[in-house]
Amino acid sequence: MSVATVELKAAPRTRARRDWLSTPVLIGAVIVALLALAALLAPLIAPYKPNDVDFLNPVAPPSWAHPMGTDDAGRDVFSRSLYGLRLDLAIVLLVTYVPLPIGVLLGAISGSFGGKTDAMISRVADVMLAFPFFVLVIAIIAIVGPGLKGVLIGVPLAGWALYTRLSRSEMLVLREQPFMLATTALGYTRARSILRHAVPNLMRTALIYSTLDMVVNLLLLASLSYLGLGKQPPGAELGTIIAGGQPYLLSAWWISTLPGLILVLFGVGVGLIGDGLSDGRLRGRS
Amino acid sequence: MARYLLHRLALGIVVLFGLMVATFLIVHLVPGDPIRQALGGRASPDQVAAIRHNVGLDDPLPVQFWDYLKNALSGNFGTSFVQNASVGELVGHRIAPSAILIGYGMFVAIAIGVPLAILAAVRPNGVTDHSVRLVATLSFAMPLFWLGLVLALVFGLKLGWFPVSGYESGVGGVMRTLTLPAFTLGLALTVVVVRVLRSSLLEVLQTDYIDAARARGFSERRIVGKHALRNAVMPTITILAINVGFLIGNTVVVEAIFRIPGLGSLLVEGVQRSDYQLVQGLVLLAGATVVLASLFADLLQAFIDPRVRLAGR
Amino acid sequence: MSLLRIDGLHVEFGPLVAVHDAGLEVGPGEFVGLIGESGSGKTLTCRSILRLLPRGASMSAREISFDGRDVQAMSGAELRALRAREIGMIFQDPFSTLNPVFRVGEQLAETLRVNLGMKKAAARAEAIELLGHVGIPDPPRRFLSYPHELSGGMRQRVMIAMAMAAKPRMLIADEPTTALDVTTQEQILELLLRLRREHDMAVVLVSHDFGVIAQVCDRVAVMYGGFVVESATVETIYQRPEHPYTRALLESVPSLESAGRRARRQAIEGQPPELSEQVAGCVFRPRCRFARDSCGEVSMALEEVAPAHACACPVRPFARTAVRT
Repeated sequence: MSVATVELKAAPRTRARRDWLSTPVLIGAVIVALLALAALLAPLIAPYKPNDVDFLNPVAPPSWAHPMGTDDAGRDVFSRSLYGLRLDLAIVLLVTYVPLPIGVLLGAISGSFGGKTDAMISRVADVMLAFPFFVLVIAIIAIVGPGLKGVLIGVPLAGWALYTRLSRSEMLVLREQPFMLATTALGYTRARSILRHAVPNLMRTALIYSTLDMVVNLLLLASLSYLGLGKQPPGAELGTIIAGGQPYLLSAWWISTLPGLILVLFGVGVGLIGDGLSDGRLRGRS
Repeated sequence: MARYLLHRLALGIVVLFGLMVATFLIVHLVPGDPIRQALGGRASPDQVAAIRHNVGLDDPLPVQFWDYLKNALSGNFGTSFVQNASVGELVGHRIAPSAILIGYGMFVAIAIGVPLAILAAVRPNGVTDHSVRLVATLSFAMPLFWLGLVLALVFGLKLGWFPVSGYESGVGGVMRTLTLPAFTLGLALTVVVVRVLRSSLLEVLQTDYIDAARARGFSERRIVGKHALRNAVMPTITILAINVGFLIGNTVVVEAIFRIPGLGSLLVEGVQRSDYQLVQGLVLLAGATVVLASLFADLLQAFIDPRVRLAGR
Repeated sequence: MSLLRIDGLHVEFGPLVAVHDAGLEVGPGEFVGLIGESGSGKTLTCRSILRLLPRGASMSAREISFDGRDVQAMSGAELRALRAREIGMIFQDPFSTLNPVFRVGEQLAETLRVNLGMKKAAARAEAIELLGHVGIPDPPRRFLSYPHELSGGMRQRVMIAMAMAAKPRMLIADEPTTALDVTTQEQILELLLRLRREHDMAVVLVSHDFGVIAQVCDRVAVMYGGFVVESATVETIYQRPEHPYTRALLESVPSLESAGRRARRQAIEGQPPELSEQVAGCVFRPRCRFARDSCGEVSMALEEVAPAHACACPVRPFARTAVRT
């Protein structure tokens, strides 16, 4: 066989296993997906309507008919929790992902322009961040008034600053990168340079951080409702359900404790994803 | 050292001023009418307007701010028209339980966290290490009020060791009424302490000067407890200072769970009654506490690590 | 009767062997050098004397005895006592080996309090005196300095003071001058010589610089690839090196005498072996000019080629040849 006829076969294309799809991430994703699905399909899955009272069956312990028992008005805790999760997730998505782009954009502008603009935006963000987040949200609710409206205004108003600070420091590094300098050399406007080139990169960190933020906001929302400052009873929301169960803590512990497990589960799921993602990111760098 | 102190102090004052501006702006610029809310639906527009005028809300903003600033500097943080008492008074009555609770919570976090961190660092990947990390993931996901309720249920109601509401002063009273709340508050903080301290201990234990100390024949206990720890606490102090804000926010919830008459529950009451002056004062206090904690942390670090004093200039 | 005897030392990191069958003997008051390139195993060898190996390393030896006592069999407390009072050690980088958050005087006084049981006041006084003893000017003031406030040479002196505090019978110096400039290097070496004289102390000096070794050592052991390949008095090694590696090492050191002549320095071709490489037979074979086929089956055992002169090379290409030019 002459050398000239040797064929160069292309190396078989191995299906590259994506770094970031490791086991913890998968488990976390499954948990979150299941919960989200359950919340979405609440009207279909829930055995009872959240406000269906049944005074013949108050504070009943968990059973097949009522997996999480009933509360003092005979309402099915499980159904209420599902609807509550639905409401919570919807609000959390809103209050997390509305301030995110705004905060990132402000941070990008701040980091990119420098000088007075930067000083101004940074000062404002720093001062906002100097207040405890929870207290700040409560203060805003104090003015707007308790209820969902207060939460929907309060959390984004308090939350943009973090993304601004995050994006700003990343921007400071990013703007020295060759590809960013290239956009200037190519004569692109500042706006295009920031919006089309910088922001997509900044979004990555912001989105990874937002997984943490979502859990924090979910707990925040539940806490506010627990305190009576968020969704008002008798609405079905995880915090209000738990608060409603407190007087019956000894006799009917399930009202307060079982819905809380849903929150814990959600937090664990998101935590696993967040941890797994940031690990994969580190691996990807080498 | 003194120069560093003065520098940080000056910076702190500037930030405090910024806080006052911010608090004022938030309260006055956020859409909403707390006066009307406080009076309830039955109040007539005239009544609302009258009160607005009395309280000074009709004056132009800069004038209002100037009044606010003047008063604040002389210690007058406004008068709550809802409760008809000065904000300072209201706060003064309820500050003790909150302060003690926060202190107790930090104490718990340090008393439990530091030994655990040392154990985990000295035996990496051992049983302690893994279980600590597991607890860390779980506790991060756990809503504080849920944890508090569970603790109240188990240790308060079922076992009867502690009361689940109320506050008593005095050492015995504090131990009785604030232990469960302090543990609730301190648990999340404990996890943070363990994580950060463990990681910096692991790093420090690999350094040359620890090696050299071993070569001098010092016992492991002296090496870890004195030489390593002193270097490793630095990042922990920073992280603790950063977490003061969360701690304050959590105090609000914990006080609600255990019905403790502190500033946290005062804040919630204030919100429910739309008492914006009280809320304003409390928010300012919260922000100031965070700033002071950060300042204190910086000073502590400068005291421990001489290299920080150089950098501060 | 030797003060220190190491025989058959083996240090490994899991499956990787870093030191194979190393041996060393140090008599009381002797100044012995351990020379080799980085990766030759010299640092691990000297650290194994105090059983101060990094995490993940394990050691075994046929014998490690100090003053007749078996170091390997020592309990934790006995080992600490050995480190505290009988053998002192100084390291390469004087900056990273002093704890940055404590004053140097305090660190020195601590050694005196803990290891010698002195009271606070006595320890302080003794510490100040020790600082002066090792040549630090204005000791009472320097007592209060932090490590970052001192120059490299002064820090190394502090380290020496700490190691000497308990008047040990032996000092291990792991590349003590590598991180210092030449003038300071001289001063530190002078200090070591003086201390050796005054305290009748044995010294094991590890270095990759033959100039340093030649200046202060009585005897030297040459290490390569985890083995001791030759050991003899400094004179002998200098004038009648037997092992090809030793030869090559000497030829690569510029000497002031060769300045006038055109003779170029001979760098040794190739690289020292990686930890994971297994070289059959003589470990220097891949780079040796005189290698024969039989070198692939040679054991690295040291053979006595002359009184107090051992060499691991069976080929001995320089036997009875003229001294190096």
